[in-house]
Amino acid sequence: MKKEPFLQREGTKSVLASLLSILFGLAFGAVVILIVGLTSKDLGADSAWEGIRLIFGGLFSTGRGSTGLLTWGFNGQNIGNMLFRATPLIMTGLSVAMAYKTGLFNIGAPGQYLMGTLVSLSVALGIPAGSMPKAVIWLLAFLAALLAGALWGSIPGALKAFLNINEVIACIMTNWIAANFVTWMFGISNFKNIVENTKSSYIYKTTYGLVDGTYVSGAGIATAKLGMDKLFPGSQVNGGILIAILFAVGVYVMMEKTTFGYELKACGSNRHAARYAGIADKRDIVLSMAIAGALSAGGAGLYCLAGNTEFFWSTYQSLPAIGFNGIPVALLAVCNPIGVIFTAIFMSMLSISGLQLTNLTAYNEYITDVIISVIVYLAAFSLVIKMWLGRKKDKVGAVNANAEPAPKAEPPAGAKPEEPAAAVPGDGEKGGDAQ
Amino acid sequence: MTFLIQQTLLYAVPLMIVALAGVFAERSGIINLALEGIMIFGAFVGVLFVRIMQGSAWISAAKAANAYGTLQFFEVLAMLMAALFGAIFSLLLSFASINLRADQTIGGTALNLMAPALALFFIRLIANQNTLYIDGDGPSWFMIKKAMFGYGRTESMSWLGETFVNKMYLATYICIVLFVVLSILLYKTRFGLRLRSCGENPQAADSLGINVYHMRYAGTTISGALAGMGGFVYALTTANCTSNGDVAGFGFLALAVMIFGNWKPGNIAGASLLFGLFKCIAAAYSSIDINGDGVYMLKEIGINENVYRMLPYVITLLVLAFTSKSSRAPKAEGIPYDKGQR
Repeated sequence: MKKEPFLQREGTKSVLASLLSILFGLAFGAVVILIVGLTSKDLGADSAWEGIRLIFGGLFSTGRGSTGLLTWGFNGQNIGNMLFRATPLIMTGLSVAMAYKTGLFNIGAPGQYLMGTLVSLSVALGIPAGSMPKAVIWLLAFLAALLAGALWGSIPGALKAFLNINEVIACIMTNWIAANFVTWMFGISNFKNIVENTKSSYIYKTTYGLVDGTYVSGAGIATAKLGMDKLFPGSQVNGGILIAILFAVGVYVMMEKTTFGYELKACGSNRHAARYAGIADKRDIVLSMAIAGALSAGGAGLYCLAGNTEFFWSTYQSLPAIGFNGIPVALLAVCNPIGVIFTAIFMSMLSISGLQLTNLTAYNEYITDVIISVIVYLAAFSLVIKMWLGRKKDKVGAVNANAEPAPKAEPPAGAKPEEPAAAVPGDGEKGGDAQ
Repeated sequence: MTFLIQQTLLYAVPLMIVALAGVFAERSGIINLALEGIMIFGAFVGVLFVRIMQGSAWISAAKAANAYGTLQFFEVLAMLMAALFGAIFSLLLSFASINLRADQTIGGTALNLMAPALALFFIRLIANQNTLYIDGDGPSWFMIKKAMFGYGRTESMSWLGETFVNKMYLATYICIVLFVVLSILLYKTRFGLRLRSCGENPQAADSLGINVYHMRYAGTTISGALAGMGGFVYALTTANCTSNGDVAGFGFLALAVMIFGNWKPGNIAGASLLFGLFKCIAAAYSSIDINGDGVYMLKEIGINENVYRMLPYVITLLVLAFTSKSSRAPKAEGIPYDKGQR
């Protein structure tokens, strides 16, 4: 079969649809800022203009100059922090994306993330410093987090596979169970930071190590910088971002290039047909959720073991936003593991812009959450955008048709009814989902 | 016992009404994952309305004169505002999932992200902090008090009065009445039958001349109104009439209650009472005196508080595990309706 021209390819259209959604989301945020700025009596057009510029270019903001005007330029600290924030987001995004490809909506990422936090911190802080090399402790803590997440994720997986309980409900329940469990465990642990008295209800950073029964700053572990601190001086970034990218590539290879990944996806598109084809559907559903759980918890491991992060342990009333943000990251990337890397970085860029907005203007960082939600909303009907793109391209194709009649292989009308089933893997089995 | 019953009702009623909101959407064929977001939005609008109106001459005069009737009317007005804006907000979901045939799970997720973000953005602009308060002892304006019925401060209203009238909210009872009325609407009227048919077999419904799009719009809009109102009732009765862009996962719990109750109003009422009881135990286990002998039994057993907090969720999972075989979702839920498809 002849390869379609670049602009007609499904991948190109997906990327274009995502970019359009992003652009529209940003524009929406700008309009909100503009309306608020113009209608409020304390703010004005000038502040609205500043806010808008920060939304689009907050990453390159360097604060305010001596004249009170915004200054711009390369800001290594911002970029480094952006990459640091993207690290766990890539992992939770991969978790949601990977589960979605296998027909499961993993809204349980926050719970899995919390279990990863609990286990990685417990291992890192529980092993006495000096009893083994720091790198070994780090590796043990990270692997333990992966394992804990896999176990926690396999609970809703097993409930779905064997008892036909909707995974969305099971995930929501396990989220809150995890939130309470983590509070409970940390509450009775001796990892609570009592050295710095301003840090009540926080767990020690992992740079604290257990020496003769007390925690000493600097004796613990931290993720290796792998030269990232040289590239972006003054920021929090470390080698974790590279590990996360490796995971993304790994998931891509697993899903697209191996038989195992194919089985998981087949199971997602139609569980009953997959079983008919000799695939162990129950095992595969549990495995999908286990892998998704491990990825989320791995994100928690990378974030907590960085050494410069603190965890507020009394978490029973709220679930971690990083877990939920995995959902928009995955959806914006059309659940492509490689795409997740870019959307996670984009999302972190927005949150950096939000911080700049809070620090430098009267607006606040929540506008970036509004922007993200608008983008996800548009992603819900990216299909329509893609169709619209296809039609536009087609018109262009028709003009060129005199020269080369070949490319018009796929009429847009024919593409319409088939696509929904392909794009929504969970769709096919929803009818038979008796819960 | 009085305390236990009151608290259980306060927790159970928002759950019940929001779960019914879920039923209306899902029975018409739309998965409303956005219940949480609509609740947050409704709570924000309701509290904002109270905050804006509290300084007006009308309310100030009513407060000064202890005009209970006016204040109760004000409460109902705030509920209506929350319902109205909840319904408007839910149109985003209906539009995406009915007209554009978008993925309903993603659309719902988007609304869940959007509501707290919008609420917090404006709360920060309005109040310069992350929680929107109203003046003074806000919720107590709305609380039903003994004095309204001519009782003195120290007089007792008998057990029934003390339990179901004193220190309760009119909103709770309005929700219960609404729950009954709407359940009847769903099961005993022509409109209800048509709505449910769109969630089971929209093609057949269409062939009989029912406009599936209209019915689905009706279902999600009623759903949005109820969820918005439920959000405000939650904020009023359990969160001191404040809004902070969060309803502690109540919308998701309502979804679970709905599935737990097998999409049937009667079961849902029972399930939410059970859930409310456990939520109440979790929130106040150390001050519950079941038989009135001054011994706080649950505290004395010495079980960690987190176990009580976990219980509602664990029990839901267990009950679902045992009942999942007989449970049955509306057949066509989550599938966009396409007229041309057979």
